[in-house]
Amino acid sequence: MINVENLTKRYGKHTALDDVSFECRPGTVTGFLGPNGAGKSTTMRIICGLTPPTGGRATVLGSPYRRLGNPGARVGVLLDASAQHGGRTGREVLRLSARILGADPGRVEELLGQVGLGDAAANRRIGGYSLGMRQRLGLAHALLGDPSVLILDEPANGLDPEGIHWMRHLLRRFAEAGGTVLLSSHLLREVEAVADRLVLIGSGRVVAQGTLDELVASSGVRVRATDTLALRAALTAAGIDAETGANGPLLAHAEAERVGRAAAAAGVALVELRPADDGGLEQLFLSLTTGTTDDGKGVR
Amino acid sequence: MIAIDRRPGTSRASRQASIWCLTTVELRKTSDTRAGTALLAAIAVVAAGRLVAQLFIGEAADRDLTGFFHAAMLPVSLLLPVLGILLVTSEWSQRTAQTTFTLVPHRGRVVLAKAAAAVLLTVLAVAVSLALAALANAVAAPLVEADGSWALDMRTLAYGLLYQLVGVCVGLGVGMLLLNSAAALVVYYILPTVWSLVAGLVESLKAAARWLDLTVTTQPLLAGEMTAEAWRRLGTSFALWGLLPLVLGTIRLLRSEVK
Repeated sequence: MINVENLTKRYGKHTALDDVSFECRPGTVTGFLGPNGAGKSTTMRIICGLTPPTGGRATVLGSPYRRLGNPGARVGVLLDASAQHGGRTGREVLRLSARILGADPGRVEELLGQVGLGDAAANRRIGGYSLGMRQRLGLAHALLGDPSVLILDEPANGLDPEGIHWMRHLLRRFAEAGGTVLLSSHLLREVEAVADRLVLIGSGRVVAQGTLDELVASSGVRVRATDTLALRAALTAAGIDAETGANGPLLAHAEAERVGRAAAAAGVALVELRPADDGGLEQLFLSLTTGTTDDGKGVR
Repeated sequence: MIAIDRRPGTSRASRQASIWCLTTVELRKTSDTRAGTALLAAIAVVAAGRLVAQLFIGEAADRDLTGFFHAAMLPVSLLLPVLGILLVTSEWSQRTAQTTFTLVPHRGRVVLAKAAAAVLLTVLAVAVSLALAALANAVAAPLVEADGSWALDMRTLAYGLLYQLVGVCVGLGVGMLLLNSAAALVVYYILPTVWSLVAGLVESLKAAARWLDLTVTTQPLLAGEMTAEAWRRLGTSFALWGLLPLVLGTIRLLRSEVK
């Protein structure tokens, strides 16, 4: 359970986060989606008590992170897989943290196996690890204390396709067992495949959130008829907003049933009527990315 | 009153690591990398090197246990503060502070553990110095002309330890204040030199140096001449170079944003 309420973070005149609110429930994977620099990492650092917010609050399992007692045994955190001492071996990093957590040393070996870091890799210094290996080590580190909440910042970065598949599977199982997962990404496809809920953030503001279905539905339905002009007239008569999509189909902002009834009433034969997939979601996400990049240029 | 929590894992989940546990982790962090072991080894090696020199250079009267122990103190005091600095700054230069503080969000506990680890390592360094001094004293008499006395005043030992602790505390303080290895090392080594140079040139600063220059005020510790005046001077200079950075550094570390 993670609750984020009206978080605001300002650095001087720059507003990094503006009234960010969302919650992550047990048994779900929440995808935290936004372009680079949108405020994902800042939000996650505030949740973990590393950065003080200017306003608002964040709680994990009902209390502020800093009051969790032994937070590592309740919340698994991976904020930056490359933030590890290059001179330590992977195994040593896990052993040090296991001591702080009070976790069994045997758990270290178990997790090394689980994330696919063999003996040879575990005994190597992290300085020689690839980003993918660091992510695997970071996941093992997050799971070390048998937490019920996972907070992961861009965990799929640097993982190969097999690794990404493995991680999705791991997160799904974790959520199915009643765990709460918050994972961020700047790639829509990546979170779409694993998340139940999405929180979209751009320039420090939450621009959309909900289940994948809700977000897809909000982007309307694609509808195509043998006679496009007649269809447009029928929709207008029924008071449904519609815009011209690419080559033929219209994008109607209403539920499929309403659109179908409007067409039937006007005697228009439909050849296609379906949710606009995530085309709308992708459009929304792309517009976020573009907006941020433009802003970025202005600042630089 | 005894309360039994039936939920599995809950007791561990609410029990934070003890300061002692965190201290052992900090101690292990100073020796589980190549750079860390190299620094620890370097401290022992420079001390040993100085003792070998003492065997062949200088007066025969200085070749006794006290003389060898004193000789080892100076080279150790050059490197030990680096340990204090890196104990703090490596968390920032290697960005492990993020992991450390997500596991132990009460940062004051981490500061305490690091300070405790620094004190323990200082005690260890002084103990190793004493052992090396004893070894040097044992081989001195058969090898070269030497006094060879085994007498060692407890006060000499205590002053030696205090001498090292002063340096390590300054290192810790500067480290916490700057949170950057390179900057902290430069400040630690360059600032006293600049101060001595300037104080040597400006007459009015000479008087101030007797009160504020740690290299001057810690000398009576090694010489074993701690008068009441010397204690006051040591206290004053330590307040400026040790306590002030420690306090300001702790405040900075507790408040700073960890990225």
